[in-house]
Amino acid sequence: MAEQFVGKSHPRFDAEKVTGKARFINDIKAPRMLYGKILYSKRPHARITHIDTSKAERLQGVRAVLTGFNTPDVRVGFLGDQIALKRDKVRQFRDEVAAVAAINEEIAEEALELIRVEYEDLPAVFDPIEAMKEGAPLIHEVDARGKPRRNNILPLPWKLEAGDVQKGRSESAFVVKDTFRTTWVHQVCMGTSGCIAEFDVNNNLQFISVTNVPFGGKDRLDMFLRNLGIRGSTRILTPYVGGSFGSKLDTDIYEFIAVLLAWKTKCPVKILFDRLEEFTASPPRQPIIGTVEQGCDKDGRLTFRVVEMILDNGAYTSWGATTPSVMMVPISTLYRVPNISFRATCVYTNNIYAQAMRGYGNPQATYVVEQSMDQLAVEAGIDPIEFRLINANEPNETSPMGLKITTCPMKECLEEVKTRLDWKKKQGKHDGHGVGVACFLHVGGGARVYRSDAQGLILKVDDEGKVTAITGGTDQGQGSETIIRQMVAEATGFRPQDVNIFQGDTEICPWDVGTHASRHAFMVGHAILMAGAQVRAKLLAMASTWMGQLISRNLQKKARQDPDFKIPDVDLSLLSNPENLDISNGQIFLKSDPDNKLLRLPVAQIVRSAHMVGTGRGEMIVAEAFYDPPNEMLNAEGKGNLSCCYTFGAHGVEVQVDQETGQVTILNYVAAHDVGRAINPMLVKGQIYGATIMGAGYGLTEEMQVNAGRVMNPNLLDYKLLTAKDKIPIDPVIVEPIEPSGPFGLKGIGEPACVPAAPAIANAVADAIGVRIKDLPLSPEKVLAAIKGKGR
Amino acid sequence: MRRTIRFTVNGDPVEVEVQPHWPLLRVLRDELELTGAKMGCGEGECGACTVLVDGKPINSCIYPVLEAEGKQVLTIEGLVSSENELHPIQQAFLDKAGVQCGFCTPGMIMSAKALLDMNPNPTEDEVRHALAGNFCRCTGYVQIVESVRHAAELLLKNAKQTGAGE
Repeated sequence: MAEQFVGKSHPRFDAEKVTGKARFINDIKAPRMLYGKILYSKRPHARITHIDTSKAERLQGVRAVLTGFNTPDVRVGFLGDQIALKRDKVRQFRDEVAAVAAINEEIAEEALELIRVEYEDLPAVFDPIEAMKEGAPLIHEVDARGKPRRNNILPLPWKLEAGDVQKGRSESAFVVKDTFRTTWVHQVCMGTSGCIAEFDVNNNLQFISVTNVPFGGKDRLDMFLRNLGIRGSTRILTPYVGGSFGSKLDTDIYEFIAVLLAWKTKCPVKILFDRLEEFTASPPRQPIIGTVEQGCDKDGRLTFRVVEMILDNGAYTSWGATTPSVMMVPISTLYRVPNISFRATCVYTNNIYAQAMRGYGNPQATYVVEQSMDQLAVEAGIDPIEFRLINANEPNETSPMGLKITTCPMKECLEEVKTRLDWKKKQGKHDGHGVGVACFLHVGGGARVYRSDAQGLILKVDDEGKVTAITGGTDQGQGSETIIRQMVAEATGFRPQDVNIFQGDTEICPWDVGTHASRHAFMVGHAILMAGAQVRAKLLAMASTWMGQLISRNLQKKARQDPDFKIPDVDLSLLSNPENLDISNGQIFLKSDPDNKLLRLPVAQIVRSAHMVGTGRGEMIVAEAFYDPPNEMLNAEGKGNLSCCYTFGAHGVEVQVDQETGQVTILNYVAAHDVGRAINPMLVKGQIYGATIMGAGYGLTEEMQVNAGRVMNPNLLDYKLLTAKDKIPIDPVIVEPIEPSGPFGLKGIGEPACVPAAPAIANAVADAIGVRIKDLPLSPEKVLAAIKGKGR
Repeated sequence: MRRTIRFTVNGDPVEVEVQPHWPLLRVLRDELELTGAKMGCGEGECGACTVLVDGKPINSCIYPVLEAEGKQVLTIEGLVSSENELHPIQQAFLDKAGVQCGFCTPGMIMSAKALLDMNPNPTEDEVRHALAGNFCRCTGYVQIVESVRHAAELLLKNAKQTGAGE
């Protein structure tokens, strides 16, 4: 049967957001709620010699003043390398030194001004290469277990070796090697970070959090409570989240501080970041220095690739330090390369620390690889698109990293770029007008970064004929409230408007690993198919019990009311076999006579009859599913089939570069994406547009200017986001190979378009001006300097 | 220090005690519990706090509340009809996916309303110009622009129908 709802551009369901009724963390208050504020370090690296909080404590309206000196020493963070309020020393400007809870924000801010902190400066290091050298100031003298540290290199030896690089090198006719740099960029969610922490009288913590990993957050907060000696557990409630893009994966330090303040005061405590704090005290995407060497034979076939990455980890560790696990994906598998060597070194510095941002290391890695691909194409004298077509990934092959590619329309995407940009006519002129291309692959069917990559889902059908989906997943704007309804409707036989969604409560919702890695639609889709099949089967069984008598009763009633009505001669016994029945639009009917209105009943009537049947005999319809995909954790060598499918694509860009100002204008932009199958093409395009513009910002304008550890542009005037005026004509091309491992054939699409944008733009600019700029962003200053320095 | 000011919000007259330095947004959100307008930056950069004052879009996070004395303020809460129907601009943002996370949406819709009140059939460039002060991190603006142009069509169609009925 043709699908009724999946594959259609259904309008969005989230009407609360257009009416102003959607409650974000900003909009939530609790009775007796206090406002928490944090005092940050004034030094990048210093010993704290003394903190005087006495004046702040005496201020009318202040309820608590906390520092590292009056709170327990509980380590938090991915490597346990910090405590929430710093005591021994500060290691970056964003270090949290003290926190205040007060009856309103003004008093809390005034109290912060009254806290005196004395520091003794220590030598600081801001360059990861300097920080790796012997004798560099140690950021951490000891590790989380108290063991002395000898240098600033993190104990995370990211490494991947496959094939024989030496052999590959010897077989190469052409080899290129170069170094590229990327900078810090911020997720810049329009909704800033915030939380409300509150303890009940049994010491259980209710935590309203903008997380997209509620169960991971619960684990971290539960452990924090245990380590504080508090016998209670955490319930996380998630309101509307004003964007994430990776920023809401980890439990951040302000959240632990809110818990400390709530515990101290036994009142609800809210901490809400302002825009300055969002820029200076929330972890962005980390910068890399990437050196890539790769070669090809005389026919242009890639022979080997060696990549060395240095990541500026900043002063502490969050998920940023694990992004090399995803960098491995493009480094090993973007194009067919038999021999691979990859090494990443994360280095502590006195800079701000980083976590995840859309693409999770893939944007940096693809930026490095794709520029090198263009350099190698030039060296080999092959057109950049032809060079990529020679080396393109193919369906049903296994890469050196052990990634098992299923569907793969990379060549199709490249051909789309070639045709739509009129590539042959425009490439290679170096006259200020140029074209560039970059491909990508990304996980398309989740990513097993924990032992489980599962999502839980409960479906229940009530006696109004509505289906409620209770899911552990979260939405941060991607549109799950719409596609869940479409998929549930499809799987169960209801209409999308008959589906309700409940999410955002760890006490009620079934477990989920988190809405990350572009995995949500994939996981929830599978769970919906599993639970939906049970709902259908249960409903049809229930109908087979009830339909005969209900219809018979209806017919007799009609005959009593209308003397002209003759009860038709129908075989009601057919209705007692579930195999003869089907559901569509919330109605159950006889398959062999689907248009007969007399033999059709709304689900509501059947479920109500089953509820109201009498003591001990009633039934209800509830089904549950826990879908865990067949993907693998990486082994000790960094190998394994991380995702059960991968998504591919190509971005092609046509630019005009103003030779006088260095300004880059994008004239045409083709974004060709393999999405497996679009559940809602309009929303898929929304992900492609949004991520492409974010990626274009990464390429052209966005940069956190960090000078000696301090963010110099922590506001929306100086941090240059693209605006509605920056018109980039994006042509989104949706390619649908129908992925066999995906529910309804889909693959994830949340992150991918953010990956190839910057390298495609960089390649186009290099094509336009005949010289390559090797660090992001391609600001007019850098482009102009490159044009002027061309002859040198 | 407190002063009493009077103005109209979404058609209702209000009288509020305010501190003279407060921005309008604070009064709307904290005193009048109209939390639809959002604080995205507090510096008049992001546009999430956009409301209309006498029909003109303003950044209410930096608009001194005393300036509102005697004026007509329209917020996102004032767009839904008395029959509880969405305004065509609101409907268009759902139909064309001009909404993602939703944080910028109330401000975006108010800027769109100001534009369409003045210019019922804007070009793409005119829409983009009118929304230049409203940041969105999710959509890349494309479907927001489509939503506003779709809203213009809906409004023009409504106006025609109303006109034909008279």
